[in-house]
Amino acid sequence: MYKLYQNYAYFLCILVLLCFICLDFHYSYGFEKIQSNNINKFQINGAGASFPFPLIDLWRTKYINVNPEINLNYQSIGSGGGIKQHIEKTIQFAATDVPLTKNEAKLAPNTLHIPETLGAIAVIYNIPEIPHKGLKLTGVNLAEIYMGEITMWNDPKIKIHNLEVDLPNEQIIPIRRSDSSGTTFIFTDYLSKLSNEFYIKVGAGKSVPLGNGVAVIGNEGVTNIVENTFYSIGYVELAYALQTNISFAYIENADQTNFVEPTIDSISSAASMMAYDMPHAYESWDGITITNSPGIESYPLSSFTYLIIYDDLYDVINSKEHAIGLANLFYWMLTEGQNYSKSLFYVPLPEEIVKLSITGIINLKYDGELLINDAKSPHYVDYNVPIWVKHVAQWWIDDMISDQEYIDNINYLLTNKIIK
Amino acid sequence: MYKNFRANLISDNTFKIIITVSAIYILIIVSLLITKLFFESYPIWHANGLSFIVNSDWNTIEGRESFGALPYILGTMITSAIAMAIAIPFSIGIAMFVSYTPQKLHVFLNFIIDLLASIPSIIYGLWGLIIFRPIFIKSVEIPIHDMLGKHVWLFSGIPMGLDIITASIVLSIMIIPTISSVSREIIKSVPIQQQEAAFMLGATEWEIFKLAIFPYSKAGLVGASILGLGRAVGETMAITMLIGNATGNFALPKSLFQAGQTMSSIIANEFIEAPPLSLHLSALIGIGLILLLFAICINIIAHILVIRMLKVQEGSINT
Repeated sequence: MYKLYQNYAYFLCILVLLCFICLDFHYSYGFEKIQSNNINKFQINGAGASFPFPLIDLWRTKYINVNPEINLNYQSIGSGGGIKQHIEKTIQFAATDVPLTKNEAKLAPNTLHIPETLGAIAVIYNIPEIPHKGLKLTGVNLAEIYMGEITMWNDPKIKIHNLEVDLPNEQIIPIRRSDSSGTTFIFTDYLSKLSNEFYIKVGAGKSVPLGNGVAVIGNEGVTNIVENTFYSIGYVELAYALQTNISFAYIENADQTNFVEPTIDSISSAASMMAYDMPHAYESWDGITITNSPGIESYPLSSFTYLIIYDDLYDVINSKEHAIGLANLFYWMLTEGQNYSKSLFYVPLPEEIVKLSITGIINLKYDGELLINDAKSPHYVDYNVPIWVKHVAQWWIDDMISDQEYIDNINYLLTNKIIK
Repeated sequence: MYKNFRANLISDNTFKIIITVSAIYILIIVSLLITKLFFESYPIWHANGLSFIVNSDWNTIEGRESFGALPYILGTMITSAIAMAIAIPFSIGIAMFVSYTPQKLHVFLNFIIDLLASIPSIIYGLWGLIIFRPIFIKSVEIPIHDMLGKHVWLFSGIPMGLDIITASIVLSIMIIPTISSVSREIIKSVPIQQQEAAFMLGATEWEIFKLAIFPYSKAGLVGASILGLGRAVGETMAITMLIGNATGNFALPKSLFQAGQTMSSIIANEFIEAPPLSLHLSALIGIGLILLLFAICINIIAHILVIRMLKVQEGSINT
């Protein structure tokens, strides 16, 4: 009798062991597909970079008013994690600050890159003698500071651009990110473009072998340490610099004609100047960045952040209706969604880039069928819409004119063939 | 009567099955952990072999990859060692004080220690970064650096407060409650007769500790310290916020005022953004495997120490 139970016990144990192993394999090799269980209200799962998270989260809450059936769920687990899940097809889209590398693109073929919003890196500093923003620095200056070749604030190489201020005779303490991050990638990519020595010794990457100065975790960490350490310099996402009122530097533009302040206009200019050099969404984006973009008013430390998605959604979504919902959501993000950027210190995409992104979305397919076609969804064409149309729409929103008057206006547009 | 006996037998066996399954569950978890970590980190062992452990390069840029875990292993060892050196005397002092205070104060102090032990490490990290660090730079690091920095290698570097010594001190503050709350229980369990006997022989309070309490509770105190060491070795967030996070050759610990890196902090720093299926990712998982083996070794050594001490003090301990 006891023997019998003992056998049962062993059997049970082996069963539990098998279960564990199965579960383990199941999760590690991504056999499962995310199922949208509720037909009426379905979930779009995304994951990736933390940089666009506040914006995507705002979009989530705003899009409920546009299409209450879609429930957007975005986890800010880092670009690397997002790309991993994208490769394993456990999410429907990912967001990343750095485009897929060749190796990653091989693992996830037919991935579309859709620029979603713009950001920039601010170079922040704490010099008690210069409490205001606007210290002028060149990219080469920054490369040499971070490599430890410029060690003093009153180095002639910095002084020559800042004759109007009195730079102190103090040691520079460079602060950098310790955690791998898109921020570091954009910063080092810019420095590598400008300084060959930096490219050879350090290179561009999410975490780079830099030994000079101190590394701190997170944008908020770098901001905090620079705020509290005299004579330090650091780089953070622009939003952190703007929110904390810390002083930030003006960076020399690519043409070496001007020192540019990071503003919505200068970042937007950097993106639109590069718009015609950008590949199509379905092409390889390996190595594509908009740092050091030409133009007298272009801020050289600007960057896109991308949504990445398979061009055929068959493997990640279980019905065509849902895929169309996703395509429309993306379309909305790139058009109306852009209006929400400024409130969160993001830069709305310039028109050229929106066009580029939308050509990507038009390529979205479900089992070979295109999702956005001319008949069903608004197709992006270069209409020449008069500016008064926007005013009229605003009046209508503000209840200054009646519905009938608004419809009359639309009819006018139709009859005059401004739109069809 | 017979029925009752059968029922007892069944419940007995069910009980046996349940506890066997629970026990085997632990084995399964550990073995799965090790196999998984090994297979996921296999590319780095395949590429570098055991030299991964003794190399100190660290370059994650695609096309220039080279990985070595030595600086982080040393970083973990040194921060834990400094933290233990500070924490053990303090904790045993606290434990003794708490065990010999009047009841009311005793309850209050116990409550405080347990409260400290349950504070999440990120809170300690933030406290260390925002409050402790500026004070420590001003009152300790800068004076010592100015006095000795140029002559003694131990104090060279930039006194920034984001370095090995700051991280170690905050780490010791974190493990003091853990060690002292266990030590307190151990010291309390020393039979009162032992102490009374020593007292009767004319021993002073220090001598009571030395002659009656310490020999009796030695094994337990070692166990308590090892518990603290376990926490110190695995500690991640507070360390990451304070250690300065150097990588590669720059992270080889050379001075107390220099940025370092531990095994857990490099994983915390780089794991999230490590590209999938890359050598970088498997190097990080490899460090995870080393950390796990490290923890296992610490536990084995602790067991051996405890067993040895139990043997030495056979007469007085096995009560």
